[in-house]
Amino acid sequence: MSCSEVIEVPTAMEIFKLLPKKNCGECKFPTCLAFAMQLANQKAKLEDCPYVSDQAKATLAASAAPPIRLVKIGTGSNAIEVGDETELYRHEKKFFHPTAYALIISDSSSDDEIKAKVEKAHSLRFERVGQLLKMDMIGIKNDSGNAERFAAVAEKVSKMTDLPMILVSDKPDAMKLAASKIAAKVPLLHGANLSNAEAMAAVAKETKCPLVVYEDTSLNQLADLVAKVKTAGVEDIVLDFGAKTLKDLIEKSTIIRKISVKKIFRGLGYPIFVYAGEGERAILRGLISTMKYGSIVAFDDIDPATALPLYVLRQNIYTDPQVPIQVKPDLYAINNPNEKSPLLFTTNFSLTYFTVVGDIEKSKIPVWLQVIDTEGLSVMTAFAAGKLTPEMVAKALEASGAKNKSKRGEIIIPGMVARMSSKLQELTGLKVIVGPKESSGLPKLLKSLE
Amino acid sequence: MVEVPIPKEKWTGKIGTTIIGATAEDGGTRGKKVVIGGETGMPFLSFEGSIVNRPAIAGEVIDTLRDYPLLARKAFGDAVEDPVQWSKAWVEKYGVDLICLKLQSTNPEEENKSPQEAAETVRKVLAAVPVPLVVYGCGHEEKDAKTMEAVSNIGAKERLLLGHAEESAYKSIAAASMANNHALIAFSNLDINLAKQINILLTDFGVKKENIVADPLMASLGMGLEYSYSVNERIRLAALMGDSMLQVPMVCDTTIAWKAREATEENDKLGDVDVRAAWWEATTALAALVSGADMLIMRSPKAVEIVKKALHELLGGD
Ligand code: B12
Ligand code: SF4
Repeated sequence: MSCSEVIEVPTAMEIFKLLPKKNCGECKFPTCLAFAMQLANQKAKLEDCPYVSDQAKATLAASAAPPIRLVKIGTGSNAIEVGDETELYRHEKKFFHPTAYALIISDSSSDDEIKAKVEKAHSLRFERVGQLLKMDMIGIKNDSGNAERFAAVAEKVSKMTDLPMILVSDKPDAMKLAASKIAAKVPLLHGANLSNAEAMAAVAKETKCPLVVYEDTSLNQLADLVAKVKTAGVEDIVLDFGAKTLKDLIEKSTIIRKISVKKIFRGLGYPIFVYAGEGERAILRGLISTMKYGSIVAFDDIDPATALPLYVLRQNIYTDPQVPIQVKPDLYAINNPNEKSPLLFTTNFSLTYFTVVGDIEKSKIPVWLQVIDTEGLSVMTAFAAGKLTPEMVAKALEASGAKNKSKRGEIIIPGMVARMSSKLQELTGLKVIVGPKESSGLPKLLKSLE
Repeated sequence: MVEVPIPKEKWTGKIGTTIIGATAEDGGTRGKKVVIGGETGMPFLSFEGSIVNRPAIAGEVIDTLRDYPLLARKAFGDAVEDPVQWSKAWVEKYGVDLICLKLQSTNPEEENKSPQEAAETVRKVLAAVPVPLVVYGCGHEEKDAKTMEAVSNIGAKERLLLGHAEESAYKSIAAASMANNHALIAFSNLDINLAKQINILLTDFGVKKENIVADPLMASLGMGLEYSYSVNERIRLAALMGDSMLQVPMVCDTTIAWKAREATEENDKLGDVDVRAAWWEATTALAALVSGADMLIMRSPKAVEIVKKALHELLGGD
């Protein structure tokens, strides 16, 4: 291994040098140079030139590969995809594949403990602003050191869950036995290290499972080991640099992400796995990894009170900066309303909508809820930005026929936009009732109207 | 062996430093001053040579409990009834670097305490604890102008950090800070251009850059945190790339986390509420730090403890 691993993004001139220079035009561009320029801008495909040499193909393909490999774990609708990120900061575009969280079960636990832990993994899920936040994977750790036990537990757990799995053992024979039992579920194998790399790579290749490469002394060592595993024929690789402290974690993760997306160095362009452990330190590792480039974080244990903030952080960080999470603007019927039920409005920002709907559902009182298209902005933000005006509310009510659904001749508006009352009254002919500033006050108001 | 390159950025800009608090040698009475800012790289990347001053933590003290959540009181007990006792608890029990005193009782629509009464509270707290002080008014423009003038005078030699100036109201508070060489918080509403704008207005008005700390509005976890995270990062990146009008330290008020309903609602499915509330604030704080905050204003002692542990490790401890 030498610095040949360091490949800069090829410029048009560099690509041009690799082309046949026939200027035949079969690529639909007049000259090889024109074609090279389009290639450099990713506006053309190399296959369009019938005469490129295999060597040129290989050289260019290596530099055209995504900066961080996409790795799939598991099968079916719960399968996890990690990697394939292109940005250093979320505002530059977005982060694509949210950090996946795993709960690890020891194979020296009793059968009852194992069952309880699987149930715990399944129960750590919450509905929030229309999305399901959950524990994504279950791992089995070969603490027993016994290959049969490891394989038996893996098989047993695989029957209890639809979640993708991780097998953790540094013994190739144990890994081979367990992986062969559940290979159809495409588990992640953790993993290859300095002393077992060849044998582990063979298991991964044979079972067609992705493989974690673990090496905690230095990134140089890690890159060496990755190259070795790759040479052995394994493509789906995940990195574990064995972070010792949060400093180690944030710095090494940043180095790997940066050299990969900037294509300064291609040998570590793989998703990052972090073993968090348990307790407060584990949550801190989870939080830092979620913000700074961790793809899979494994916990020995975690409670709902800390899992929720962690999940919500992931939801926030992985929201597309250009598109707030929104719901469809429409007239919504909540708790089976009829003509006598009150009419309310709110905005189509998911956080706003689900907060308001949650409060209305709590009251059990039927209502019609008109959701206004504010391009996914909250009440105050939309109002301040001129994206929630009485005219827009009036128009939405007209379009949905809300006044024929609720015939009370009234509308309840968010307390924060009390200022639009008289104008809205004038435009719609409806009597405006200014609601509370926070929708938590809605049940009380609704009850008083009954 | 392969040599993995270290991608060290060549930043041309550097964050300025701001000093809060004055010790005897500067004519004040603080035991220690707090220095924030000074980074030469993105947060917590020592290979960029960035960490000069450890981010500071201020404990929140309010002079009325009108809007203070019951859940938060537990950690302090009766001490919250008295800003002096409350401040002492923060410093002596929980080891915060500063106290952030919010003079909400001056709100003319509520208790309407006089500027003199409020200033007297500041004096008492200064006498009771050795740490530097951040002081806020109630958010009512005209009243704050008077309150902050009185505060500025009573803490004349103490180099307070006064909150806050914003685009629509900055002159009187800027004047109050300039009169006695206090530092000043420049607030803007989640927008990099507005963050720059208020710094320009303040410096044009005569406030020195080393006296400014920017507050770009930290939104809570689950309530727009992603906006703040990215605005903070963009501000810090622009500053490092050389935009001198953004080269000031950043403060984030994470007490806003207590406004997120999920943080504080009693709900067995969501786990222990005390633990959850603390982590809600700690998570918000960690996101603030990772995106560029040099100073935090915090409510929960448990969250402070968590954040201190994180900082210890992030700055090289184990
Ligand atoms: C995150 C945020 C943003 C995000 C947008 C998030 C989004 N998708 O909406 C961004 C950064 C884009 C943003 C931008 C702006 N923002 Co902004 N933003 C916030 C922030 C921090 C949180 C808003 C939020 O998500 N609230 C949570 C949701 C659930 O609240 P909500 O929709 O109001 O719903 C509640 C109530 O209204 C009520 N309710 C809702 N529907 C109904 C219906 C009925 C019938 C009833 C009774 C009640 C009810 O119950 C809900 C739960 O309590 C607030 C400050 C804060 N902490 O509140 C400022 C805030 C709303 N923003 C503000 C401003 C001024 C702006 C900007 C104009 C300024 C700027 N920075 O450029 C821009 C405009 C946006 C644009 N041009 O596109 C101001 C509004 C000031 C005012 N009084 O008018 C605020 C209050 C900040 C402040 N203190 O100055 N903002
Ligand atoms: S097809 Fe190939 S050889 Fe012909 S002009 Fe295009 S690039 Fe050149």
